Amino acid sequence: MSAKCNALVCLGTGCQSGGAEEVLSSLKEEIERLSLEETVQVKQTGCHGFCQRGPLVVIEPEGIFYSKVTPDDVSEIAKSLLPGETPVERLFYRDPATDTPLPHYMEIPFYSKQQRTLLRNCGHIDPEEIEEYLAAGGYQTIKKVLLGMSREEVIDEIKRSGLRGLGGAGFPTGRKWEVCYKAQDTKKYVICNGDEGDPGAFQDRSVMEGTPHSVLEGMMIAAYAIGAQQGYIYVRAEYPLAVKRLRIAISQAKKKGFLGKDILGSGFDFKIALFQGAGAFVCGEETALIASVEGFRGMPRLRPPFPAESGMEGKPTIIDNVKTLASIPIIIDEGAESFVRIGTEKSKGTVVFALTGKVENNGLIEVPMGMTLREIIFDIGGGIPDGKAFKAVQTGGPSGGCLPASFLDMPVDFDSLKAAGSMMGSGGLVVMDEETCMVDLARYFLDFTQRESCGQCIPCRLGTKQLFDILNDITKGQGRPEDIDLLLEISEAVSTHSLCALGKTAPNPVITTIRYFRDEYEAHINEKRCPTGVCGMLES
Amino acid sequence: MSDEFGEAALKNILVFYEGKRSELIPILQEAQGIHGWLPGKTMQLIADFLHINEGEVHSVASFYNQFRLMPLGRKMVTVCRGTACHIRGAPQILEDIGQSLRLKEGETSPDLEYTLESVACIGCCALAPVVKVNHKIHGEMTRERAVTLFPKLSE
Ligand SMILES: Cc1cc2nc3c(=O)[nH]c(=O)nc-3n(C[C@H](O)[C@H](O)[C@H](O)COP(=O)(O)O)c2cc1C
Ligand code: FES
Repeated sequence: MSAKCNALVCLGTGCQSGGAEEVLSSLKEEIERLSLEETVQVKQTGCHGFCQRGPLVVIEPEGIFYSKVTPDDVSEIAKSLLPGETPVERLFYRDPATDTPLPHYMEIPFYSKQQRTLLRNCGHIDPEEIEEYLAAGGYQTIKKVLLGMSREEVIDEIKRSGLRGLGGAGFPTGRKWEVCYKAQDTKKYVICNGDEGDPGAFQDRSVMEGTPHSVLEGMMIAAYAIGAQQGYIYVRAEYPLAVKRLRIAISQAKKKGFLGKDILGSGFDFKIALFQGAGAFVCGEETALIASVEGFRGMPRLRPPFPAESGMEGKPTIIDNVKTLASIPIIIDEGAESFVRIGTEKSKGTVVFALTGKVENNGLIEVPMGMTLREIIFDIGGGIPDGKAFKAVQTGGPSGGCLPASFLDMPVDFDSLKAAGSMMGSGGLVVMDEETCMVDLARYFLDFTQRESCGQCIPCRLGTKQLFDILNDITKGQGRPEDIDLLLEISEAVSTHSLCALGKTAPNPVITTIRYFRDEYEAHINEKRCPTGVCGMLES
Repeated sequence: MSDEFGEAALKNILVFYEGKRSELIPILQEAQGIHGWLPGKTMQLIADFLHINEGEVHSVASFYNQFRLMPLGRKMVTVCRGTACHIRGAPQILEDIGQSLRLKEGETSPDLEYTLESVACIGCCALAPVVKVNHKIHGEMTRERAVTLFPKLSE
């Protein structure tokens, strides 16, 4: 092997659950035992992306990729790092079609077809060491901003980049900041939305765990631009590792003088506090999130006023998604011009997806806006396992829709998904094969939304429950011929009259499954038959 | 008098707070760490500390899934019912585990050994279906492996 190298052990949540911590500690021991500490640096990293193949070990600079590593494999890996030794072929990823071993991760289609901008640090640096972030060019942008850019220039750069919020709605970030900047108040807030409530999505978690300092740097730039002194990161209750790493990052940034008073001698003061969510999907909605930080039940309120004008404690507040904020340092650093070159006409840059479900390669991916679903699912995802046929893909979680095969060649961006009846959401992509029952899936999503409805407005509270009850009856073989029309009628009412986007979007899974898979509903209702056999209706 | 209730532990938590209303959720989170759930008396003391009505505390605690108003088992068995897990067979796994523990979702065994619950997503969707026992995450679960997680019960 080469003279000096890094052995990177992925310690993302996925790899940890497979035993990555033991792999890390035994690799450290082995390297010491072989007296290789001088040449080999063993490091932990955040999520490398290919979670399904974990625990992962990567040898840099060569980029040698070992998957499904167990503590028993470690001595062999360590030995291979001795001078003159060769890599451990047994642990290489193999092309599923040809069985050819692919030693470097950049040869693996899962990685080679991606464009990792936002995720470039994830899986490469130790998230618990600020020095590593600094060495990768971190906190250079906040220096550039504080020491050389006016607040208007920062906002203008973000506006020109065309960045749209990655938390779901795709609202132009620069415009939101401008509103908040213009609001006259001495006290303002920046909130990072890390609630990530979509079941089947883990991109925000991976960014917070893998490159927490990017999130902090983005928040600092936002705070400077709008004139805020206090920031909050709202992290989902189920993400203990993200909380731990953000905590470490905040204390390191304070020590280095990137947070606190008179940052870098610029006169700018900024603090960040962590707030742990308490397990309520609706708290991802910005006004509910604020209520929750203020100590109340997480109930959304009517907008306007938007938080950018009146948010936390009635003060101007910007709330941005984790990935939106982590994109900011990159955009300012590389310039709006380079950002607008990637993506589609109205959706710029890249998008991070959690690719899961019935797809060969599960994991975290980043692609340019405008890539087709086919490229994502078949080239990066490796297609459907066990020779089964593709049936549908769900984007946008419980607020999104199910798109059938006829949409596979559609370029994915905010607007194309919306036009198809779905939405970008925060970036979950769940693939379904011929064995997934679409009526059961609609029932599943409505079960979720009716549980998570905060209950204050009647269309959402009762409407989602009625939709769920009807879908439940249909899956039990008790559907009536008029149920399809009734579902559509209730859906219309719920999406028109609900107070917040939880209710407004809740019917999307029902509407899209009826639109694209009506025959499955009809088989359940008219023939009392579930074409996939998922709904055990004959027994009942 | 013995402090079976843990009032001293709660006081040790409260000294770090100023008594502002916005501290309610973080206080409840820390206080839940004492017993693993929130007894009525804990909520009453928190209400006093924040100078708010006890009903207010109840109302907030009951809104969020994280807060428990009943005692829990020593082993928390959490089955993910998120989308990725759902389409990869989570409902059957939940049913099987429920049968071997003789518990329904949300129930705790009378000897306080097990609590069975489901959550909306654990965030390990690439390893679906996922089951968590206390803090240990078990990915790529199968119906066969699920019941062997509880060796004593499977006889
Ligand atoms: C029910 C509901 C849940 C939401 N959950 C999240 C979430 O988990 N994360 C997030 O960033 N935005 C979520 N949003 C969107 C937020 O309200 C808000 O639009 C977003 O945080 C703005 O950030 P952005 O401009 O960076 O996208 C949710 C919205 C609704 C209606
Ligand atoms: S859907 Fe089960 S872990 Fe995310």
